[in-house]
Formats: sequence, C-alpha cells, structure tokens
Amino acid sequence: MDHLDRLEAQSIYILREAYRSFPNLAMLWSIGKDSTVLLWLTRKAFFGHVPYPLVHIDTAFKIPEMIRYRDEIAIQWDLNLVVGQNKEALAKGETFVNGLDRLSCCKKLKSDALKYTLDGTWARRKWNPYKKIWEDELNGAPYTGVIVGVRADEEGSRSKERVFSARDEKSEWDASTQPPELWNQYKTDFAPGTHVRIHPLLEWTELNIWEYIERENIPIINLYFNQGNGKRYRSLGCFPCTAPVDSVATTPKEIIEELTSGKFKDIAERSGRAQDKDGGGTLEALRKEGYM
Amino acid sequence: MQRLNIVITGHVDHGKSTLIGRLLADTDSLPQGKLESVKKMCENNARPFEYAFLLDALADEQKQGITIDSARVFFQSKKREYIIIDAPGHIEFLKNMISGASRAEAALLLIDAKEGVAENSKRHGMLLSLLGIKQVAIVVNKMDLVNFSEIAFNKLKIEYSEYLATLGIKSDIFIPISAREGVNLIEHSASTPWYKGATVLEILDSFKSVEEKENDDFRMPLQDVYKFTRDNDDRRIYAGTVTSGELNVGDEVVFYPSLKRSKVASIESFNTEVKTSVKESEAIGFTLETQIYVRNGDVVARADQSAPRVSNRFEANLFWLGAKPLELDKPYKIKIGSAQSTIYLEEIKRVIDGDTLDRADEPSVGRHEAACVIFRVHDLLAMELFAENQKLGRFVIVDEFDIAGGGIITEVLEQYTTRRTKAINVNNVLVDKASTSAEFEEELFALLRKHFPHQFH
Repeated sequence: MDHLDRLEAQSIYILREAYRSFPNLAMLWSIGKDSTVLLWLTRKAFFGHVPYPLVHIDTAFKIPEMIRYRDEIAIQWDLNLVVGQNKEALAKGETFVNGLDRLSCCKKLKSDALKYTLDGTWARRKWNPYKKIWEDELNGAPYTGVIVGVRADEEGSRSKERVFSARDEKSEWDASTQPPELWNQYKTDFAPGTHVRIHPLLEWTELNIWEYIERENIPIINLYFNQGNGKRYRSLGCFPCTAPVDSVATTPKEIIEELTSGKFKDIAERSGRAQDKDGGGTLEALRKEGYM
Repeated sequence: MQRLNIVITGHVDHGKSTLIGRLLADTDSLPQGKLESVKKMCENNARPFEYAFLLDALADEQKQGITIDSARVFFQSKKREYIIIDAPGHIEFLKNMISGASRAEAALLLIDAKEGVAENSKRHGMLLSLLGIKQVAIVVNKMDLVNFSEIAFNKLKIEYSEYLATLGIKSDIFIPISAREGVNLIEHSASTPWYKGATVLEILDSFKSVEEKENDDFRMPLQDVYKFTRDNDDRRIYAGTVTSGELNVGDEVVFYPSLKRSKVASIESFNTEVKTSVKESEAIGFTLETQIYVRNGDVVARADQSAPRVSNRFEANLFWLGAKPLELDKPYKIKIGSAQSTIYLEEIKRVIDGDTLDRADEPSVGRHEAACVIFRVHDLLAMELFAENQKLGRFVIVDEFDIAGGGIITEVLEQYTTRRTKAINVNNVLVDKASTSAEFEEELFALLRKHFPHQFH
C-alpha cells in the first residue's frame, strides 16, 4: 500500500464508524476540494452510495460557479442535498459588504447558519432527488453527527482536533478537555444534547488531497484551475474575502508540481483568506463558537 | 512519499515543543513568514522568542507556555514525510499525551539533562511500552545547562536504561542535544565532540515504518453489513478493515464467535478495477455465496487458516485515565476490534505506579495508574494476544461516555461458563439453530435493517 491507499483506508474506516454510530448523521459539503474528496471517499466507503445528507451553508456570497457545480454534482451523483442560510441577517443587510466586520459576518452567515441548520431550528432547503425539486423542511430533526473535511495541516487549532470531536449544547468546542482517543477506537458514546464533529481528513495534507484528486480523477470544481487570466483559487470561500492566486496551473498534476517544488512550496494554503489575519488566534476563537 | 508517525513525549518543560519548533525552522519546513510573525508577536508582547510558540497554537497554551493538547505537525526530511505528534508532558493532560502517542509508530522521549529523570519520564516510558511502541530513542535535552558534560550524560543514560530494562524495553539510543541552540538536531555539534552517535534527524530517518507481520492469517473485524436498496442494488456487503492477512474470492470464511460460515462470492469496491483479492490494512467489502446473519463486531477469519481465540475472560495490562477509579464488579463497556460489550473487572493482580513499585491489594485502579488485571466480558468475544496481533490484542474501556482506559491482552483465560456459551460444542458447530429459525432470523434482520438502518447492530 502506498501513502494514499493508507490515508484512504483510514478515512473510510472513520466514515463507516460514523455511519454505524449516529442515527442522524450528515456531512458538510463546502464544494471545496477537501469536502469533495470526502464525498468521493463516502462513495468508496459505501460502494457507490452516499447514505447521509450533505449540508451546504450558502452565505449568498459564494462564487456563483460553486452553486452551479454543487447542483450539477447533486443530480449526477443522486445526492440528498440540504441547504441552510441565515436569511434574517441577509434580509437585514448584516454582512461584510454592508459594513459589518469580517469576523462578525463569518459568525452570522457561517457559524450561526451552520448551528441553526444542523439543529433544525431554521428551515432547511432540501433537494429531492426523486422529484427533482427543492423542498422546504421545517422543524427537521437535529443532526447529532456531522462529518467535516478539516485537515490538521491547515491551521494551529485544527492540528489539535480529535477525529470524533464533541461539541456541547451550545456547539462550543473546549480544546483543553478533549476526551482520550486511542488507536482506532474513537469516542462514539455521548450524553444527550451533544453533537459531534467527525474529521476523517485530519491526517491529509493539501498535497495529499491533490495527489488523490489526480489519482482518482475526481471531478473537482474548475475554479481551482487557471481561469484564463493567469489566476486560480487555491482555497474557496466567499468572494468578498477570498482572493485568487497567480498561477497558470490547469490540471491537478500542475498544482502538485506547484506545491512540491514550485511557487507554493512554503506558502500557507489559507494565505488568500482575509478573515484569518484579523489579529492572533481568530480562527480558534471562531472555531470555539462552532466555525469549522 | 512514505510517511511515518512519530510522537515526542517527556516531562513538562523538558523541551518537546522547542525541539519540534527548532526542527521545523532548521529544515525549512515552516510556511513563509511564520517564524517572522511569531517573533514579532513576542516582540509586541515584550517577551523572549521561543521555538515552542511555533507549535503551541491555542491561545491558552501561548499564555501559559504549556502544551495542552497534542498537535499533528507535518514535516519532511530528504528521506520521507513525518507527522510529528507533540504530546503534552503535564500530568493533567496525560490523556492527551496517550491519544497522541497511540497514533505513533516510533517515539522520542525527552529528558532534561539538568533536572534529570522525572516522574513523567518514567510514566511515559511505561505508557509507550503499553501502547506497543517498540522504537524509542531517548533525547537528553538542555545539555547547554550542564556544560555539555559527557559525565552528566552518561550518568543519566545508565539510570534511565536500567529503568527501561525493568519494563522490557531495550533502547540503546541516547542523544545529547540542546533544542534551543540546535545542537545535534540536524548536524553534529562542536559542543559535544565526544558524541559520535546519530543526530535527531538521522535517528528519525532510521526508524522503520511498522508493517505488522506477526500474524499473516486473515482477520477482519466486521464493522458493518450494508444493504443499500437505492438504484436496485441488491448486494449485501460485509464491510471492515483487514487487520492482517489476505482474502480472495472463493475463500471460505468463518465469523467468530458466532461460527457461521460461507464462501466469498465477490470483493466489492468503487472506482477500481474488479478485485479478486484484498490485503492487510485495506478498508474492504465482500459479498457471500449464502446470506447469513452475523453481528457487527464478529471477527472474520479464513476456514483454511488459524482461528482467533474466543473467550469471555482475559488478563490484561491496562492504564486508567478516567476521573473515577476503575472498580471491581461495576459494568463498563469494552471496545475491541469493532465489537462492543459489557465488561466487569474481576480481579486486580497488581497496580503499577510510575516507579514500578507494586501496590498490591487495592480495590480500584486510580487515575493515571497502570495495572495488571483480569476482566470478564458479558458476551463471548474473538480476541488475540497483543504479542501475536497488536490490533486485535488491544482494547479500550468506556466509562459513562468517555474512553477511560486502554489496555493490551496478555493472556486469554478459560471461559466463565453461562448457558449461552454451552450452545457451542467442541466441534465448533452451532447446535441450537434449526434452519427455519435461521430463515426467520434472516427475514427479521432484513426488515430491521430496512426500517432502522442505524439502530440495528
């Protein structure tokens, strides 16, 4: 087995543990490369099926291609897609583009939307793959287990995550009191009211993700490749806060080249993300309150 | 590129985070601007720069200058890629140290040259041996504080070697370093002309990737059975991760402890060519020629190979992390392979503290203690000795909702007999089942899977 086979096998094992442990399981799909790899690993783990819903938090500021790609893949792969949004904040114009600071905008449009979509407080928009229509789901049951594509190499607080990571009733994460996790025995017993983040990609690096995309020929969104103007996205997010990088890479193979010996060899992946830079430890602060 | 997981352990303040931070900086493994930004942060807060700040990412860690939880740090040598696990040394965070160390294939154990062998230096040595980590190098840090004295180094080496020998660990690798000054990390230093051994980086590269080959017979804990009806899929797939050996289409398989058997009809996979064979460490799925009902947690073996041991009693070495002590006769949950069952502590043979001073006749095992114990399980379980098959010879104990302890099986004991176990006769044939009841069970199972796919294990 090579290193990608090992990472793949480990992630599949984790996905299967999650599936057998949580009656109300969902996976977050941000449309980005990591969670799309996670979706592909799900199809591997369950032999072509995706047996849990995929939750996408639409901030209304996603790059439009992302939404088009999302809906195309949902139809093609027969996905049970659930979309959540902070409609109230958007209606009131409480957003970064209307003058709110970046972190407060992230909290409203991402963290809060995520929290209230997962716990069923806010209506969820669901794609019905049988009828091929969108339906509103009111008073949905809370998702008690949520699969998330974070990687330890992305950022300091993520490097300390557990594979099965409990959040309390308020969705908060306390990094100093994480329970033990031994070998491949994960925490799968929880007090009522707990919800759990499951992280099957913790040990993958950005490079591993691209190597795997290339090997498996995963249809990744083309915003990651040169858009014809010498620019591509290295990390996807909301357009007011995420900038493309200068790059002419048009294939996963060329991106791997950039990451191993080329221009991005020692440049952090999230360097194009403005919200990480507003002072020290901010992503940790966001994550404590439920951000991914 | 090949990858190895390494854990760095040792007592608090003996310099683990500093060592890793310095390794990252000296091998150019940091992202651009990281070193500068941490230096600037130190300047702004009017405190001296420390390499440990590159690692201690949580706000509380930086404030208190202590590692709270183990971090995964990615790093590359010329030879291969590493995940270095920076494990906290503070006793209060022992559970985090063990969580980190259980993922490792090799370990560096740091000892402060000036302070000498501390309680946690011993405890961590013992825990590494209980976790089954056989490749251990001892790194004697802060040699600058003892004037790079060879005598001080040798004294410490003898003292700690003797301790390791009592645990059955043989490590002759001791490296004198100064993490802060970068002595003997990447290159040999003029400060220690008497030291002719390897540098830390050379030691890392000399560790072997653990390919477990103790038992080549096929074993797979059954993680789940899938029957997805969407798109008229009529496969019933038996899924799990192979812990050892090889399985081929056509092989006869036996499920333990239920002893049900059938032949492998197909090996199932997605986005690969058709497979006829699978090997150790692969997360797989197969279908069977006959539809049998088996439980998650059963261990699958091949009929033409050795069988796993089956019992409901075993002796184990165990470490306890629970806030409440491990008590006799109280129900706990055991997780072993993919099986879960209720378990009772039957006997404490001895409690071992960090200095291996035995403490006999105790009614319980306290937090941060290790012990040799006998457990009795409610159900029969398939298991192995740790020495013969690491993955099926280790287990965790769950108290209330958390994993509170872990251990390794040192001896499988004679069964505690109940009516249930009598159903299995000496010829390994299940005698209490008529074919009609098997069919009923099969139909019931299909209905339950269909309507309660998650609830039914």
